[in-house]
Formats: sequence, C-alpha cells, structure tokens
Amino acid sequence: MKDYLAAFLDLFGGDSQADRVVPPTGFTARLTLFTAGAMAFLAVFALALSLASGRLASNWRDALAGSATLRISAPAEQMAAQTERALRILSETPGVAEARALSPEEQRALLEPWFGPDLPVESLPVPQLIEVRESGQGYDGDGLRLRLQAELPGAVLDDHTRWRRPLVQAAGRLKILGWAAILLIFGAMGAMITLAANAALAANAQVIQVLRLIGATDAYIAGAFVRRFTLRALAGAALGMVVGLLAILFLPSASAEASILTGLGFQGLHWFWPLLVPPLAGLVAFFATRWAAMRVLGGLR
Amino acid sequence: MIELENVAYSYGGGELLTDMSLRLPPGSFHFLTGPSGAGKTTFLKLCYGALVPTAGHLRMFDKDVREIDRDGIAMARRRIGVVHQDCQFLDHLPVAENIALPLAVSGQDKLEAQADLKELLNWVGLSSRANAYPPELSGGERQRAALARALILSPDVVLADEPTGNVDWDMSQRLLRLLVELNKMGKTIMIATHDLSLIRAAKPHVQARVLRISNRRLQLAGADL
Ligand SMILES: Nc1ncnc2c1ncn2[C@@H]1O[C@H](COP(=O)(O)OP(=O)(O)OP(=O)(O)O)[C@@H](O)[C@H]1O
Ligand SMILES: [Mg+2]
Repeated sequence: MKDYLAAFLDLFGGDSQADRVVPPTGFTARLTLFTAGAMAFLAVFALALSLASGRLASNWRDALAGSATLRISAPAEQMAAQTERALRILSETPGVAEARALSPEEQRALLEPWFGPDLPVESLPVPQLIEVRESGQGYDGDGLRLRLQAELPGAVLDDHTRWRRPLVQAAGRLKILGWAAILLIFGAMGAMITLAANAALAANAQVIQVLRLIGATDAYIAGAFVRRFTLRALAGAALGMVVGLLAILFLPSASAEASILTGLGFQGLHWFWPLLVPPLAGLVAFFATRWAAMRVLGGLR
Repeated sequence: MIELENVAYSYGGGELLTDMSLRLPPGSFHFLTGPSGAGKTTFLKLCYGALVPTAGHLRMFDKDVREIDRDGIAMARRRIGVVHQDCQFLDHLPVAENIALPLAVSGQDKLEAQADLKELLNWVGLSSRANAYPPELSGGERQRAALARALILSPDVVLADEPTGNVDWDMSQRLLRLLVELNKMGKTIMIATHDLSLIRAAKPHVQARVLRISNRRLQLAGADL
C-alpha cells in the first residue's frame, strides 16, 4: 500500500526525464485518450440518469406518502361514530401506516382559500376528512374500497396519486441501473487501458531490456508507463466530462418534474459529482497500467 | 567483487560453459579471450546477472545470484558498468541523455552530474556528437558512448565486451588507457576481446591476467602472448 502511495505521489512530482525513457507510441496514446474521453462522457450521462431518477423517486414517494384521503359524508349526529368506525377499519387494514382524522381547525384551513377565514365549519355539512399514510408495501386499494362500501356507504376513498406507485419503483430501479452502468463503464475503461498498456509494453520490449541492463528497478520502469497512461486517462476523461456536461447543460429544460426526459440533468450540488469522473478515470488507469506493467516485468529477467 | 565457483551454463543447444571458477578481487584487471562463439559474452552476462548459472555458484558482492531478487539485481548493476557488445541504446534519446541514463534511473542529482557528463563526453571524444541520436553514430562512436554510459555511475566493476571492436588503433589505445587509469583508481576491470594486439599493448601498463575460454573451460593464458 505504501508502494502504491509513493508511486501515486510520483505522478505529480513530474520526473520528466523518466517520462522520456519510454518513446511515445502514438496509437496507444490515442486509444487511451479516446477510451477515457468516451467513457467519461458516458459516465456523466449515467450519473445524470442515476441522480435524476433518484430525485424523481423521492419526489414521487413524498407525494405518495400523505396523499390518500378518506372522505366521510354523514348526518351530523352520526359523523363521530362513522369517523371512529372508519379509523378502526383503517387500523385493521394491512399496509396502512397511520390514519388520522383532521381536526376542525385543519379542515377550516383547507377550505379557507375558497371560502375565507370566517367559515363556521361546525355548522355546515362539511365531510370529515381522514388522512391515510401508507406503509412501505402499500395497501390493497380495491379491497379497502369494497369493505368501506359494505360497512360505511358514506365514505369515499380518494387515492388518485396511487397510480404513481409503480413509477416510484421504476425510478428506483433506474437509479440502481444508472450506478451499475457507471461501474461497468469504469470496468470497461480499466480493461481497455490494460490492453493499451500491454500493447505499449510489448512495443517497448527493447527499451525495457536496456533500462534493465543499466540498473532500473521494476518500479522505475513501470512508473514511466503508469505516469503516461494515468495522465492520458486524466486528460481524456476531463475532455469527455466537459463535453458530457455541455451536452446536459444544453438539454431542453422544462420544469415538469414528472418527466424523466426533461428532468435529466444535475441540480445544485449534484453538479459537482461529474467532477469526480476524471480523477476516478486516472485512478483506474493507474491501477490498470501498474498491474499490467508489473505482470509483464515479472515475466522478464 | 564477483566470484564463480564451478559455474556451468547450458541452454537448449547443450552446455556452453562448464566448471568455471574465478575470483575478480577488487582492483584486478582481466582480459578474456577465446574464439568467436566460445561464450565470452555469455560469461559476462553471467557476471552481471543477466543469466543465471545452470550449475555451481556465482556471487556478486558476496551474495549468490540465485538469492538476489530483481531489485537486488538492479542495485548490483549500478555498481557494475557494462559495455555491451551490441551497445544497447535508447534510439529515441540523444547520445548525451543515453549516457546520463544510469543517473536518471538511479535517481541521482542531475545538476551535479552534468559536469561529470561533460568531462566524460570529452574523454571519449563525443562532445560534438552529444545531441546526435544513436542510430546516427558510427560503430566506433557507439562503442565510445557505451563506455561512457558504463562509467557514468563510477562503478566498482567495469565489464567491457569487445570495447574496441569497431574503433581505429589510436582510439583503441585511448580507450585502453582510460580503462587502465580506472584500474589504477581501484576499479575492477574485465575486458572480453579477441584482439590479442590490444592485450599486448596493455601489458607494459598494467598487471593483467589473461583468461581464455577454450573447450568450454576457463584457462589461464599468458606465456603464448
Ligand atoms: N540462450 C541461448 N540460446 C541459444 N544459443 C545460445 C544461448 N546462449 C548462448 N548461445 C550460443 O552460444 C554461443 C556463444 O555465444 P557468445 O555470444 O557468448 O560468444 P562470444 O564468445 O561472445 O562470441 P563473439 O566473439 O562472436 O562475440 C553462440 O553460438 C550462441 O549462439
Ligand atoms: Mg560476444
């Protein structure tokens, strides 16, 4: 581990002489640069997708949480009994986390925008509202409706936002897929950089041999390659990230929060997440090249 | 410095060197001769750890080569300057940088070394060729550059494989004088050559042992020179 740290710090010490001992090989350089750039570009999108679907899932979940209402219309003298009955039924329904009758003050507050502050709620035939909170799995809406119909004909279950439940699940799934895509992208980047590094090592067998003969350690030789590839991957990924961010920045934006297409993008601090892509690409290149170099050097005397 | 004890070396084609014992004490001067293909280069490769004996023991600086790990070999090579028969340069770097390469590889102070480098380039007569690339050099120039590179770390031991193979008589005498001078400073020198006139020319200036590889064995030669 200490070795890795030293080798990693070496990257920034910038021994230009050590860089020159390995002749530049145009094709592996371009391959690394292109791979890192393309992968960073894709990673930015996967990140945007993941963060956006995460945002969507949590928005929708919040909207779902307190959204179902039970409305009880009954003659004033039966109201209290029916409300109590409804609360009992709800408490017996699996999937209902909490049911709470709104107080007259809360009801008045709800009606205020329409009727003004002086509405005498108590003296009007206003239905009693019960707020229903679902638990994680949700309740069986049709079953509950049937039971209410049978026992409390005056109760109406209003759960029009429940159709979003599968969407919340889908959004959650999408978020996981986004993270999986990011992992795969970095994995593929590592694999390609390993291939490029192997090609460079093979092309420079003669150079490695000469360095060996004059007393270069494996760490020195590997370092020359590792520095090259890490810096290239860093540069390529930075370029890919910038292009990716620009592409997202210029995506047509609409504030319709429910739309996955227009919601794709970064918000607030999330704009900093893509900045992690280039250093991560550098890290991947560092380990991929070091691994490839140590393996090749270990096979030579 | 370097010690061989019943060393043998075989490869796919059979045994090339057999039962060789030799000590290179500090400050000694050896010539190694033998017909082409006898195994002089192979012998030197054994001495700097590029090959491992297939039998017997070879000690570099008091350690058996088989027990030295790869980093250890690298460290040992910094104390052994080698002039390779085929020179072995990095063709994409200018001559001066090639000569300075052992400094870079061993992480030595570059500024301090610049003076050494200039002096060394002067010594081998390559000052005007410092910025040329190895493929542009003549055979003799390459050999002088190889010698300069072998000496830049001021090694304890210098192993030279046909160092005068491609240079004219005057230059070969200069290179020889340089090696003799290094020996006087206490360095251990071994020169593999098939050029007997070089050995004769050295005789008046240095106390040298002449070894010959013949019939896969190491023999002391001398009287017949
Ligand atoms: N690993 C190996 N595989 C195949 N052949 C080998 C191997 N090692 C040595 N040889 C052979 O051993 C012989 C000796 O080679 P070496 O280079 O040591 O001779 P040399 O005395 O230096 O000759 P020269 O004077 O021409 O430089 C050569 O024929 C070479 O091909
Ligand atoms: Mg030879």
